[in-house]
Amino acid sequence: MSDVTKLSKERSLGLYRTMLLIRRSEEGMARAHAMGLIPGACHTYVGEEAVATGVCANLRDDDAVFSTHRGHGHALAKGVPAREVAAELFGRATGCSKGRGGSMHLFKPEVGMMGTSGIVGPCILQATGAGYSFKLQGTDRVGVAFFGDGAVSNGAFHEGLNLAAIWDLPVLFICENNLYATEVAFSSATKNTDVAARAQTYGLNGIAVDGNDVVAVYEAAHEAVERARSGQGATLIECRTYRTRAHAEGMRDAGYRSQEEIDSWKRRDPIESLRQRVIEAGIASADEFALVDAEIKALVEEAVQFATNSPYPDPTTASAHVYSERVIAHA
Amino acid sequence: MREITYTEAAREALTEQMAVDPTIFVVGEGIGARGGNFNTTVGLYDKYGAMRLRDTPISERGFVGMCTGAAMTGARPVVDFMFFDFILDSMGELINQIAKIQYMSSGRLRMPLVLRGSIGIGGSAATHHSGSYYSIFMNVPGFRVVVPTTPYDAKGLFKTALTGDDPVLFLEHKMILNKKGQVPEDEYFIPFGVADVKRAGRDATVVAIGNMLYKALDAADRLAKDGIEIEVIDPRTLAPLDIDTILASIHKTGRLLIVDEAFAPAGVGAEIGMQVMERGFDDLDAPVARLQGLHTPTPYSPALEAAVVPNPDTIERAIRALLAE
Repeated sequence: MSDVTKLSKERSLGLYRTMLLIRRSEEGMARAHAMGLIPGACHTYVGEEAVATGVCANLRDDDAVFSTHRGHGHALAKGVPAREVAAELFGRATGCSKGRGGSMHLFKPEVGMMGTSGIVGPCILQATGAGYSFKLQGTDRVGVAFFGDGAVSNGAFHEGLNLAAIWDLPVLFICENNLYATEVAFSSATKNTDVAARAQTYGLNGIAVDGNDVVAVYEAAHEAVERARSGQGATLIECRTYRTRAHAEGMRDAGYRSQEEIDSWKRRDPIESLRQRVIEAGIASADEFALVDAEIKALVEEAVQFATNSPYPDPTTASAHVYSERVIAHA
Repeated sequence: MREITYTEAAREALTEQMAVDPTIFVVGEGIGARGGNFNTTVGLYDKYGAMRLRDTPISERGFVGMCTGAAMTGARPVVDFMFFDFILDSMGELINQIAKIQYMSSGRLRMPLVLRGSIGIGGSAATHHSGSYYSIFMNVPGFRVVVPTTPYDAKGLFKTALTGDDPVLFLEHKMILNKKGQVPEDEYFIPFGVADVKRAGRDATVVAIGNMLYKALDAADRLAKDGIEIEVIDPRTLAPLDIDTILASIHKTGRLLIVDEAFAPAGVGAEIGMQVMERGFDDLDAPVARLQGLHTPTPYSPALEAAVVPNPDTIERAIRALLAE
């Protein structure tokens, strides 16, 4: 376990707040999905909150995050308002992608959320490209890819890490190793299950951390962001974690993992773990955490209410934005 | 007016735009100091260096995906595929990502990306270096598909590609790269979706794509000796497709032949023919005809290679058959 005693009260409560926002929002989305309010797929991030939270706490709005099908947590941690995530999942005009995307296509470039994705792999390449773009433009911005263990046996992982390495690009590759790609065990998808060790073969920095320890993730990402901003290239961080709900809401979660395994990871809950350690260290009090609990409860209720009350998009706009609307008037 | 080659004209467009837009960078294999297999970037590396003229590993999916992310974050990548066939390793990035990102982001992200490469059959390049594949991209919402045939068009269309916000496939037929033509020194742009009537006529309309334009013009010259006047139209861009210019021509001639060396099924001829049927049926004096390449991988041997593409003889015969309808 990481050392929490160096954390400020603001940082402790901030990390807790973001993780709890993701947890409560996801629980709200799961309920909404069960009630039929979400017309499409819904892959929750429950259990993995420490990863998005620990990484994004080091990022600015102008850093670019590229995410996966399990991306609500990344969007929320990057600053997409919960009501816009909820409205998008509900298919409403007020959603962050204005109803064009849904759960797997959450976009809010204004805060550097450059999309969740229904395809495993491309986010690795796109974050590499953001790194190239930022370096070309002489900025200190960074590109960040979140992806699961399912992506590391995909060619995009090899090609992206290689390109980032040879050109020293400012990129963070965050592997959320939750042990299963959908329902296929990582141990049956690869001979070498040590993801972090693969960095070395590309000439990159690689580190493995406890992905259920938000402070460990925060510290590893902090160092990687510093390296990226100062021109020292990319880092691969393997965060070992676990999703405690089914692959997607409404799916049967059996036949590939045991209840004992799920329960053992639930006992390592990243949110409760941080709360207890921070209180024990005397950094913040139980009452202060309770205030955050109440704030998040109200915020998520409001988000669901907002989504429920929002209008559907105008069907006559279904083909808007296929092409740029900028008309180039050349003489 | 001065005459320069097709490749020089396209390179001039790139050179001009790189000078005014510091976010343009080129990636590809051998496009750095070497200047490109087809001389697409000669002289640019010395001016702009490795960050803007980036030699890549043979990693097409990787650098196309990388350029996607770069385009999403304020840069304007130009991917130089050398041979367009190599784009096929990156189809997921193209169709699932590049074509859809403007839409998925409800227009808040732009995709100013140019993907260029040589297409077409010729020179015994065989089947991994002879593809055209443009009809695949016509079928997908989100792409601009540009197939210039003359140095003048190559420069003006490349200038437009490098100043727009949509992903552009810029496809250069390998058999016309060294063709010379008049190109003004003053800056100009050619908008997408405007076909060019390369030869005016009254008896039949021929729409010809890429290198087939030159074959169709040869056939039209022969027919002219018999007093048959063929109108030859170069669409210049397949997406958007300027169907209005084609319809206006058919209104005059009453007959249409599409000549395209690429495959017939679900291809350019099928699309143009159907649109003409929908909108120009009453102007037709004969069924729309198409003359396409054989539906086969491209063979190597010159004897076989010549057999899979239309030529002035087969085009002439097809036009005479159309006129006899």
